Amino acid sequence: MTNDILIAVAVLGALGILFAVVLFIVAQKFKVEENPLIDEVADVLPGANCGGCGKAGCRAFAEACVQQGNMEGLRCAPGGDAVAAKVAELLGCAVAQGEPQVAVVRCNPSCKGASRRSNYDGLRSCAFQNTVYTGESGCPFGCLGCGDCVAACQFDAIKMDPETGVPVVDADRCTACGACAKACPRRIIELRNKGRKDRRVFVSCVNKEKGAQARKTCDNACIGCGKCEKVCPMGAITIADNLSYIDFTKCIACRKCVVECPTHAIHDVGFPAPAKKPEAAPAPAPAAPQAAKTTAE
Amino acid sequence: MGGVHPEENKISNDAAIEVMPVGKQMVVLMNQHLGAPATPVVQKGDKVKVGQLIGEAQAFMCANVHSPVSGTVLKIDTCKDAFGISKPAVYINVEGDEWLETIDRTPDIKRECTLEPKEIVAKLKEMGIVGLGGATFPAHIKYSIPEGKKAEYLIINAAECEPYLTSDLRVMLEHAEEICIGISILRKALGVPAAYVGIESNKPQAIKVMTETASRFEGIVIEPLKVKYPQGAEKQLINAITGRKVPSGKLPIDVGCVVSNVGTTFAVYEAIQKNKPLIENILTVTGKELPSQHNYIVRIGTTYNEIIAHSIGQLPETTGKVISGGTMMGKAVANLDAPTVKGNASVLVIGEKEARRNPETACIRCGKCMNACPMGLEPYLFSALVKNGRTDESRQHNILDCIECGCCYFSCPANKPLLDEIRLGKNRVRAAMAAKK
Repeated sequence: MTNDILIAVAVLGALGILFAVVLFIVAQKFKVEENPLIDEVADVLPGANCGGCGKAGCRAFAEACVQQGNMEGLRCAPGGDAVAAKVAELLGCAVAQGEPQVAVVRCNPSCKGASRRSNYDGLRSCAFQNTVYTGESGCPFGCLGCGDCVAACQFDAIKMDPETGVPVVDADRCTACGACAKACPRRIIELRNKGRKDRRVFVSCVNKEKGAQARKTCDNACIGCGKCEKVCPMGAITIADNLSYIDFTKCIACRKCVVECPTHAIHDVGFPAPAKKPEAAPAPAPAAPQAAKTTAE
Repeated sequence: MGGVHPEENKISNDAAIEVMPVGKQMVVLMNQHLGAPATPVVQKGDKVKVGQLIGEAQAFMCANVHSPVSGTVLKIDTCKDAFGISKPAVYINVEGDEWLETIDRTPDIKRECTLEPKEIVAKLKEMGIVGLGGATFPAHIKYSIPEGKKAEYLIINAAECEPYLTSDLRVMLEHAEEICIGISILRKALGVPAAYVGIESNKPQAIKVMTETASRFEGIVIEPLKVKYPQGAEKQLINAITGRKVPSGKLPIDVGCVVSNVGTTFAVYEAIQKNKPLIENILTVTGKELPSQHNYIVRIGTTYNEIIAHSIGQLPETTGKVISGGTMMGKAVANLDAPTVKGNASVLVIGEKEARRNPETACIRCGKCMNACPMGLEPYLFSALVKNGRTDESRQHNILDCIECGCCYFSCPANKPLLDEIRLGKNRVRAAMAAKK
């Protein structure tokens, strides 16, 4: 009995040693030479595999960095400057500095803006709904509200606001990886610079219909009137296809356009509550910051 | 293979076709067919007559558009269609009802057709005829048989397997002779010995009338079909009548078949024999909760609201959905101010209770969707593949063969929106294929 056990142990032990030797020889013979730097770079990356850099994952990004030898055109959005500095140190190259960005939802069909004109009861997918019709609000450019962006976010930074039916970005959690912007079939979400002191101004509408039609579609639509373009001291605003766009690299967040916009389509975020109301728009002025809070904060 | 048996609900069977009066303003969309929009050839302020060309087909996949009314062109702009999508349109202020002199408006039936096959196809193009079975495929393209292929069968789809719809039935009962002349013309255009008309056997009156009339014509065979949805789908109909199977990714002409809807044959008769372009729809206004059921001849461009106002006054309080088409393949109308377009077969009003989708539960792998699928596909599998974004695999499992009949969703005990998921998957596969090119 004891003998049997001993024989079994001896045989299995011998087999184990034999295989270990074979495996060791094979591993040595077919070893893949890899730059150890890749592992080091991969270790400092966040490891979320979000794909925001355009590579298949964090390791692919690390490989690209090492192969290239510098960080030109490569940026890990979730890691930000801290990670960029670490990677640059490992590679021994200059740090690729970038302005921190955040995802911005450019639609505002609040309950009073574009009222619901129909009820959608199909598949809960914006990509699908976009192929069926204009959506519940009737705006052919507006948010469809099925939350494809929410599903795409790896960082839990975007949520649907049940009241407005439009997603809300949590600026602290958002890493500007751009997954939501890619998931949105209507290209409503844009990555914009966070701005000084987290203050930013943007046109919260992507409706390209002619003014009168856009106004019929939604009370808060950009009608392309051009008032903001005229009032902007920096020349940051351009109008194309009946739609105003603020270039965030030029904008100094003076908020003159916010006051000027007749439809309150321009939102400001991160500013302290207005101490004194601007005279130009006495009554509806507070509506704009309030709406901004619901869409972008 | 496959198929389901939805409640037929053909409650407007006995309502004779009435003529809907013309409204004050007409909006004619330039994109009423499969393919590129027509190019407007009139200008603001132009006087137009009924039947005058207002949109010309300039692209290959396109069809002419004609004015359904007489009056002055108000503007050329865009108009939102039934799904809220802006499309180019011509607005016409209606003044009187003056028709082009070339159009024969007498009720006499003109039997002789002396045109050559090529002339027939050219005239189909000129008159803007499109397939009225739902896909609005331009007829002149369908009847121009590509080099190296040969049509052996002309199949006329008179199955009308969709629940509620009765417009095809009424046309057959009231215009059997015109339909048979139309079929003879199409037969001549293709040069095939015989045309087969498939009618579901739940329409005995239509089979009787059509058989009687067809006996006076050469080469028209009436084929009663088993009652089953989707019997009228192109590939199913070909299989039921000829026994041939259209292979995956191929067209009916690859097995020598050309399929047209029975409503199209009536339009062909009017176009070829009476010089009348496609400016009218035959349309069912029906619904269980409506006070009355109707079948109408409606000028294209009449809005849904005008049709509802004229036929039933206003929508019942309990309306859940207004559908253009039948309950299986029709699309819910989101914008009732939209003008009707070529190929609209119905204004179907569904009550709130019937329209409601039941909550979705988990798939129990019962396989009912596979049994129901007339194309032999696996809808439950597509559902999972699409959810996980596995586009390549769904293409390998032939997702593009889906004819979107809705049998899978109809049969699913878990109420999974299978068809929606498959449509999404098809879009993704097409986008991926386009990106590869």
